[in-house]
Amino acid sequence: MAKLEVTHLNKTYSPKIVPVKDLSLAVEDGEFLTLLGPSGCGKSTTLRLIAGLEQPTRGEVLIGSKNVTHRSAGDRNIAMVFQSYALYPHMTVFENIASGLKLRKTPVGEIQQRVAEASRVLDLDGLMQRKPSKLSGGQRQRVALGRALVRKPDVFLLDEPLSNLDALLREQVRAELKQLFQSQNTPVVYVTHDQTEAMTLSTKVAVLYKGDLQQLDSPQRIYSHPANQFVAGFIGSPQMNLLTLPCENSHALLGEARVPLPQVTEPQPAGQIVLGIRPEHLQVGKQPDCTAVRGQVFLIENLGMSDLVSMHVQNSELTLRALIANTTLKAGDELVLSLPPQQLHWFDIETRSRIPVQPETVAH
Amino acid sequence: MSNALRTIRGREHLTGWLLLLPALMLLALVFAYPILRAFWLSLFIENLGTNLEPVFTGLGNYVRMVGDGRFWQSLWITTIFTVIAVTIELVLGMAIALVLNESFRGRGLARTIAILPWALPTALIALSWQWIFNGEFGVWNDILLRLGILQEPINWLGEPGLALASTIAADIWKTTSFVAILLLAGLQSISEDLYEAHAIDGATPWQSFRQITLPMVMPQILIAVLFRFAQSFGIFDLVQVMTGGGPAGSTEVVSVYIYATVMRYLDFGYGAALVVITFLILVAVVAIAAFLLSKAQNRTEGV
Amino acid sequence: MAPSTPVVTKPSPTQEGVNWKPVLLGITVFLVAIFSLAPILWQLLTSIKTNADISRIPNVYFPREFTLEHYIQLFDRRPFLRYVLNSAFVAIVSTLLCLGLGSPAAYALARLRLKGEQLILGLVLIVTLFPYILLFLGLLEIVQILGLGNNYLALIIPYTAINLPLTILVMRSFFQQLPRDLEDAAKVDGYNTVQMLWQIVLPTTIPALVTTGILAFIFAWNEFIFALTFMTRETMKTIPVAAAQIGGATLFEIPYGPIAAATVLGTLPLVLLVLFFQRKIVQGLTAGAVKG
Ligand SMILES: Nc1ncnc2c1ncn2[C@@H]1O[C@H](COP(=O)(O)OP(=O)(O)OP(=O)(O)O)[C@@H](O)[C@H]1O
Ligand SMILES: [Mg+2]
Repeated sequence: MAKLEVTHLNKTYSPKIVPVKDLSLAVEDGEFLTLLGPSGCGKSTTLRLIAGLEQPTRGEVLIGSKNVTHRSAGDRNIAMVFQSYALYPHMTVFENIASGLKLRKTPVGEIQQRVAEASRVLDLDGLMQRKPSKLSGGQRQRVALGRALVRKPDVFLLDEPLSNLDALLREQVRAELKQLFQSQNTPVVYVTHDQTEAMTLSTKVAVLYKGDLQQLDSPQRIYSHPANQFVAGFIGSPQMNLLTLPCENSHALLGEARVPLPQVTEPQPAGQIVLGIRPEHLQVGKQPDCTAVRGQVFLIENLGMSDLVSMHVQNSELTLRALIANTTLKAGDELVLSLPPQQLHWFDIETRSRIPVQPETVAH
Repeated sequence: MSNALRTIRGREHLTGWLLLLPALMLLALVFAYPILRAFWLSLFIENLGTNLEPVFTGLGNYVRMVGDGRFWQSLWITTIFTVIAVTIELVLGMAIALVLNESFRGRGLARTIAILPWALPTALIALSWQWIFNGEFGVWNDILLRLGILQEPINWLGEPGLALASTIAADIWKTTSFVAILLLAGLQSISEDLYEAHAIDGATPWQSFRQITLPMVMPQILIAVLFRFAQSFGIFDLVQVMTGGGPAGSTEVVSVYIYATVMRYLDFGYGAALVVITFLILVAVVAIAAFLLSKAQNRTEGV
Repeated sequence: MAPSTPVVTKPSPTQEGVNWKPVLLGITVFLVAIFSLAPILWQLLTSIKTNADISRIPNVYFPREFTLEHYIQLFDRRPFLRYVLNSAFVAIVSTLLCLGLGSPAAYALARLRLKGEQLILGLVLIVTLFPYILLFLGLLEIVQILGLGNNYLALIIPYTAINLPLTILVMRSFFQQLPRDLEDAAKVDGYNTVQMLWQIVLPTTIPALVTTGILAFIFAWNEFIFALTFMTRETMKTIPVAAAQIGGATLFEIPYGPIAAATVLGTLPLVLLVLFFQRKIVQGLTAGAVKG
């Protein structure tokens, strides 16, 4: 019932600072949308525009198809979790969680009951009479979540809620968050610059860069079909190999190797093209149906599960990085890597956007 | 109205002004109105000669001021008072701030003691110094006699030059701590590294003071000068209680003269003109000081 | 063989430096303390000396007998308790009013991004430099027109106003240091600006309110010229004025003892404030003067 929609949203602080340029999105009930992007790309600003903490320069915000653009944050029936948790330091945990309900004149009995329920879900029993200063980081985080949950809002907004937790706790809370919001049939907008969070939690990911929406898709598709070179480079770790290659007769030249170009209708005007391949998709040795590239290893980084091997491509300035499990390679060794055609991504050298690959090359 | 309330910003704006309004109105009543009123009143003669009825005189009060020797003398005394007091307070305040910036046991207590003079009522402090400088039983005479510096007791507050010096001394005692507090804040913001780097370069403490400390606390120095200038130029309580402007008008600063003009001679129009001129002098000097301050701030930010 | 250089034992700089610095520091700290305390202590001593000792030449520094007669005299012959209560009442009420009016204004200037904010701040800063002598004439008129002479309001209103600039500057600098998220969370929770100010912002800035309140109290307690001008009835006078007028009351013998006792009583509350709140006072003064 309470679908969230933003249309042509723009926020201009000054002619030079335009953190949100022209953003349109829709989040349905039960959908979990993540705003993902590097620092300063306008994620928080977008969230604050949705919340009503900032007023958009242009564009509209609709909640449950009601236009709330000019309503104050308190009248939008949204709940928000902040990176710093923003718990009221002079109130107990109970008062913190109940404050929004009290302001809305909710009957005392119902407040008690809702807080008790949130407390059970979040395992806050026993902390209710403490002040926030007497809580651990993880507990504070859960109180902040509780404050949002009891409100039964039309939309949940979360701004990097995990970034102040240590790595171990973060993973655990991430899993809890996923379960929690799966049981809430409410739109969720989640801001993070951590792609693992985005990938694991979301049903949809919006990648933002410099105030523009780069891609809005499911996490799988963002990974497998990045819409442009920025998304390709931003998503995935270690980063995708992105190589600018000269073209010749429907082939791109990678050192001595010739990679067949996708069957695009137009030839590449500049005679160059960008080829992308993820390090985890490169295969060792000559594989059937693959282009093979020869080179010399110059760096090996141990990532635990596997090694990240960097190699100078023979007869070119280019380097390739490949993820290889239990390798005995060392710097200076010769290496042959194969590029599986179905794992190749092609980008226009000028527009930097993805060049769609014909279905027949994908099918295998 | 409804337009302003339609947007979030509009409502925020309106609330902002509503929050601000009571304070601004009170400030207008107590600060702006009296000053503006003085401008208006200064165009009238309103004294016992006119049965306290205002009679328009245009700039007559200002013409009278030009030939008013007592006014010029009070201005001169105020200037001397201000220049000497502020200069000494600055030097002494800097010395105290430097001492209090060192780390030693009991520093908190020392700071407490050092700010005490600032916090005490000026009128009561004036009584204390009046007693100290008492010509008959004063402790200052007693100390100087015991030390053999004086052979005869002196009536400090009874001799024109000495009375002024005595009031200046009392003012220095009272307000040096204020200067010291401000300068101490400046000193605390200077990183220890700067001095160490400088000392490694072979600088003496005096060179460090000249080349690091002084430039770094220049903003605080200027702020202190600004505040102290304004306070000292309008000094009233201390002088009024200690000497009442005497003997023979030798300590009659501008404020004391204005107060006497209004409250003793009931010469309201002329008193207003005196207020106006004092205000204008103050504004001019403050403007110059503020200009220097902003320049100094730019300079330290550039470092 | 290298030419033999005469072995001169230079006094090593460290030997002297290590010994002298703490000693010098100790002496200067002692001097600063003496400088700051001596006049007050002398007044205290005078207030408990007998009249005979007070007027003895050479001065008596260590009297044999002490007396409270000067204090008793203060309360016997004058409504001294009344002076104290007047001062306390006027100072406390004006301080509370000042916080009540000044904090919302400071909040508006810190957070609500009003047009003309810089101009208002500039004016507020300039106003702190006005000597009260420039104001008393205009205020006297207002007091006369409204018939407020010998009324507490005649002091409460100006005292509130003269402390407003400092309150606004200090509180604003504290508000600006508050984490923004807290207020945003409150907005999302449904607090409007005024509720947020009273229920979230001010409770979290109580230390700042205390700091500002102490400064405002000190200024109000110490004020002289308005109290001198607007309060002429004996029962309405505040301590500084009443004490200053003790000497003028008799033509014959100046009552040094009672004057000293009055000074001690009038300064005592402030001495206590400074003792307990030295840090806060320093913090407030520097925030008000420097950050603005
Ligand atoms: N009130 C403001 N006035 C002017 N510029 C602002 C304001 N708020 C944010 N900005 C600017 O807008 C840009 C986007 O900020 P935003 O907080 O949305 O980034 P973000 O994507 O959340 O980054 P991060 O991951 O670091 O939190 C930044 O360049 C920031 O400096
Ligand atoms: Mg952010």
